[in-house]
Amino acid sequence: MKTLNINGNIVQADVADDTPLLWVLRDELGLTGTKYGCGIAQCGACTVHMDGAPVRSCSLPIGALTDQKITTIEAIGETPVGQAVQKAWLEHEVVQCGYCQSGQIMSATALLANNSTPSDSDIDMAMSGNICRCATYTRIRSAIKDVQFVDAMEGASS
Amino acid sequence: MKTSSMSNSTPDAGNGLSTERRRFLKRSSLLLGGLAISTWLPPMTHNSFASEAISGAQLGDNSVQKGGYGAFVRVGTDGKVTLISSKIEMGQGVQTGMAMMVAEELEVPLKDVSVVEAPANAALYTDPLLQFQATGGSTSTRATWEPLRKAGATARMLLIQAAANRWNVDATLCTAKAGTISGPEGQTVNYADVVEDAIELPIPTEVTLKSPESFTLIGTPAQRLDTPAKVNGSAKFTIDLSVPNMLIASTITCPVLGGKVKQVDASKARAIKGVKDIITLHNAVAVTATNTWTCFKAIKALDIEWDLGDNASVNSEEEANAVREASRQQGAVAKTAGDIDTALKEAPHTFEASYEQPFLSHSPLEPMTCVAHVRQDSCDLWVGTQVPDFAQKAAARLTGLAPENIAVHNQLIGGAFGRRLEYDFIIQAVQIAQHVNYPIKLTWSREEDMTHDLYRPHYVDHIQAALDDNLEPTGWRQHIAGASVLASYVGSLPDSGVDGDAVEVAIDPIYALSDLEVQYNRQDAKSVNISWWRGVGPLRSTFVQESFIDELAHHANVDPLTFRYDRLKEHPRAQALLKVVEEASDWHSALPEGHGRGVAISHVFGGYVATVIELAMQGELGVKIKRIISAVDCGIVTNPTSVSAQIEGGTLFGISAAFFNEIHIENGAVQQKNYDTYRQLRITDAPSVEVHITKSAEQPGGVGEAGTSLAAPALVNALYAASGKRIRRIPLNRHGYFTV
Repeated sequence: MKTLNINGNIVQADVADDTPLLWVLRDELGLTGTKYGCGIAQCGACTVHMDGAPVRSCSLPIGALTDQKITTIEAIGETPVGQAVQKAWLEHEVVQCGYCQSGQIMSATALLANNSTPSDSDIDMAMSGNICRCATYTRIRSAIKDVQFVDAMEGASS
Repeated sequence: MKTSSMSNSTPDAGNGLSTERRRFLKRSSLLLGGLAISTWLPPMTHNSFASEAISGAQLGDNSVQKGGYGAFVRVGTDGKVTLISSKIEMGQGVQTGMAMMVAEELEVPLKDVSVVEAPANAALYTDPLLQFQATGGSTSTRATWEPLRKAGATARMLLIQAAANRWNVDATLCTAKAGTISGPEGQTVNYADVVEDAIELPIPTEVTLKSPESFTLIGTPAQRLDTPAKVNGSAKFTIDLSVPNMLIASTITCPVLGGKVKQVDASKARAIKGVKDIITLHNAVAVTATNTWTCFKAIKALDIEWDLGDNASVNSEEEANAVREASRQQGAVAKTAGDIDTALKEAPHTFEASYEQPFLSHSPLEPMTCVAHVRQDSCDLWVGTQVPDFAQKAAARLTGLAPENIAVHNQLIGGAFGRRLEYDFIIQAVQIAQHVNYPIKLTWSREEDMTHDLYRPHYVDHIQAALDDNLEPTGWRQHIAGASVLASYVGSLPDSGVDGDAVEVAIDPIYALSDLEVQYNRQDAKSVNISWWRGVGPLRSTFVQESFIDELAHHANVDPLTFRYDRLKEHPRAQALLKVVEEASDWHSALPEGHGRGVAISHVFGGYVATVIELAMQGELGVKIKRIISAVDCGIVTNPTSVSAQIEGGTLFGISAAFFNEIHIENGAVQQKNYDTYRQLRITDAPSVEVHITKSAEQPGGVGEAGTSLAAPALVNALYAASGKRIRRIPLNRHGYFTV
């Protein structure tokens, strides 16, 4: 039995240690917002945050996890950045089929949490691991540039 | 069994279906051709209609829905409006557009319209352009534009009549707005309060639609109804579904088409904790387990001996050679105008070229997946499909159940691009479910998905033009060689031997030509099944036509945009778009050495699109795509946001394939297994696409595939302008090109 910290909840999963986090989230915990696309960390559809950093959950066996905090698309809207990203995504009507967008939003949120005014090349770097077969890249770029949020760190220091 | 295709040879399922599909073909003047524009109105039955339109009936209950509109729009006694969508949402935004049509005529706010998926029912939901119940071919807006507005308007008239009766006034003195009816003396009543009365009314014999000038919703950018759930992870795709007692299933299918299972040693797989059943099908082995990872692991632990069958030594270069050879033979004549023999013989100049396009996989990000529960007397399928009726009939044939006992619950689709016009994976899910007494969710691995796709055929076009003294083309002969998707899909071709999809655009070129001959040289593929791919026939044709006209322009030493413009006098809408992209791209401005612009234009799917790509070479093979500018005239626009999004994404989707994608077959097996070897366009490769929508009063055209069809020719034309190298065989990376 493995104990995990998912979206602030301590949960247990009774699966083999080599099971990627992706399948624990989806099949064991019912958190299906995180998607399977390739299984080899090529498409980014499975992106979640591990202690705030974007990781590909399809290639992260849960045996490798200790007490890291995992955040998924289901909870990202509870952070100011995540909420702002989701809002910008809707305002720019980024989504087409939507299947990759959980991963796109998780990558964009991780980027913006560390860099609230990313340049084009910052965006390209941070988002290049996420494939969108509908090719919504034009709007992903414009939505990221338009994300407005109050930086919690800056807010605290000022 | 044979999981890779329903189309031609499955003894237990395919033949029957082919017969059915052949009937569709016979009924249809030009199946999927996109040219057979016809007006369709659902049958209306007096008296029965009102109850259907207003209170609605149970989904799928034909006996009370045969009246027609009740199958599309309902107003509940709570005043809530439901669109029963005959078109599935796979990212194109179509359900929002359809809801807008209804909301506009019914005079309700868009947010008050909810969408439910139509059941499998060809009698009600056959697409008049496609001639079967399907979402595809960029027909959705065109097919629903009139019926859905009429459905909304009819419901509005009935509700107003009910209110007028209550007030004892003339209905023509009453108006409706935002779900409220107003009478001549200031009376008001909400729709909800007159629904019961409206049910009793006879349907109006004449339905007047709003004039486009009075639209308040259609033509405005509307927030899509399906997107909020897609940004917070709550939207459910088929792969996300769970039904009680369900187990996950996954399969490995013989790597070679036509091969089968000889022997399976499943002892290692069975030993894996969580594995429930191992089921051997004719050409595949399935595993069921409590979670997907366990399935994937168990599949890898299977020791399978395959009988690889007749295709075990086939490779794609052999297939390509056969197609190339076919392109030089006499084919079935698809079109003749003027006298091309004499024209070519007597022309002072001629010009010829061959173009080649590879096998392509669809590779939608959501792999093929289907939830199936087969019981003794009924079957449920939860699956995102473009063809619910075909899925239902296939399941009926497999199970022996009556179609009405098979419920197809259509789902949001995580990318299709034509892939889910096929239902091989649905058949496989049913076959597995027939072996077990619990529901299964069949989920293919990415590798299974990519290697058992039904691919866009490998095509070779050979084209010879007669040129006059000024090197202007007076006519050409075009040979189109490749496998027939149409024959594969419907079972056969018409007696002419012409595949109407493959020759589309070519037989009706946008440019004025005195002499034209188009021949179709069918050369089916041995090693893979083939199917529809986003852009369908026009994708192939537009690459050829727009590459060739570009070559002719350069050969005549005329600016390629001007050269096109001068030959488009019969298409003023096309000329207008060329003007737009000419200006927006600053077409005539000088560019630095190694930079270039390419243009392409098309008249496909009932609309017009023009695209300019600007790129810069870095070294001999590095390519930086700098700008993409598109202008679209797709007639009256329902949701400009969706039109723009489709052109943006569709164009980049086409660039992805034209630059990177080619499926290779070696020893009968597909070599590309995942996105590492079947590279996709990433944000780093993708410039922003700038879309200009032309205001138009023409009938709506389809936009889901129009942008895609222009991407490859605009790209190779730009590459030529930048480097002087003409690429006639795509993708670009087969010549060593890479993006920078």
